[in-house]
Amino acid sequence: MPHIPLPEGIPGIRSLALQYPESGKYLYELVQILLRHESPLSEAERELIAAYVSYLNECEFCCKSHAAASRYLFADASGTVDLALHDYRSAPISDKLKSLLSIAGKVQADARTVTEEDVALARSFGAVDRDIHDTVLIAATFCMFNRYVDGLATLTPEDSQVYAEMGERMATKGYVVPEQK
Amino acid sequence: MPHIPVEEHLPGITGLLEYRKDTAAPIRALTQFLLRGSSSLSAGERELIASLVSSRNQCVFCTQAHTTAADILLGEAESCRQVIENYPQAPVREKLKALLHIAALVQVSGKKVDSAAIAQARQAGASDQEIHDTVLLAGLFCLYNKYVDGLATGLPSHPEYFKQLGERITTIGYVRLPGGYDHLKKKSGSESSKDL
Repeated sequence: MPHIPLPEGIPGIRSLALQYPESGKYLYELVQILLRHESPLSEAERELIAAYVSYLNECEFCCKSHAAASRYLFADASGTVDLALHDYRSAPISDKLKSLLSIAGKVQADARTVTEEDVALARSFGAVDRDIHDTVLIAATFCMFNRYVDGLATLTPEDSQVYAEMGERMATKGYVVPEQK
Repeated sequence: MPHIPVEEHLPGITGLLEYRKDTAAPIRALTQFLLRGSSSLSAGERELIASLVSSRNQCVFCTQAHTTAADILLGEAESCRQVIENYPQAPVREKLKALLHIAALVQVSGKKVDSAAIAQARQAGASDQEIHDTVLLAGLFCLYNKYVDGLATGLPSHPEYFKQLGERITTIGYVRLPGGYDHLKKKSGSESSKDL
């Protein structure tokens, strides 16, 4: 049960944005710009970074929903997502994305541990400044979302079908602030 | 040296917020709303929460910046120093202590916030809104701390910088300056040449 009263039956971040719409507006705006607006990283890749950081933070709601969005966006290669979440080093993804996931993992654990070598490795695989920047900011942003969602003990659905629908909506419609019905 | 090219005269978070302004806009707006918007917690108390989380994340820039802001708003430096050192013994009201405890748990992981911590805060008089704001504020500072340190941003070369930053965020707040930050370039330039 959530630590504070939230709209019943509404999961995760959506329940918080409904109950606290002003902060919700800024949070949805941030994630829409970060995960959908222009970036050298594809939307599928950015969703994978979000899912991976959420996985490391053990935030089930964020991990399952962003993994579902990433699967939808990877389309024919949707199997990539679960392989990468399981072990990105052996997953069928580019070396560049592997090196960025490694940076994202360090940001999640302790951001001070991201070294020049980590960044140089990513650059050697073709990462540009914006790849580095966006990876760190996505990782940091999901460290906020995960804490917000779990710190208030929001509802986490168990049905995998719910996440598949959520992922499709996130992939096709983007991040639209929920409205009270 | 920062991992990406940011303007040299803008250490810490400011260089990053200027590097990508489209993502900076909602981050700034959320910060202004949470730290300066109307609340039953004073702006100084909210800066204490930001300082505690930043210090637990060992983010030197953010800790220094928000400690300076808290000190200005509270009119003394003892509270923030003690909150960082040992908040259960700090000279702040019981309700804030209970909220600082929740923030300290959030810093470790959202999953650490248990019903005992919530019950303790309620017993000390905390409202749903205050509990909500504390959790989001602690989460937001994890974002900031990780953004600032994950990209290895620099510390100001001049100690005066935090004083000026503290004055700016306690008067103007967290919104972007309409004219940007080029005036700091001239200022720090003349100061460093004066120092030489």
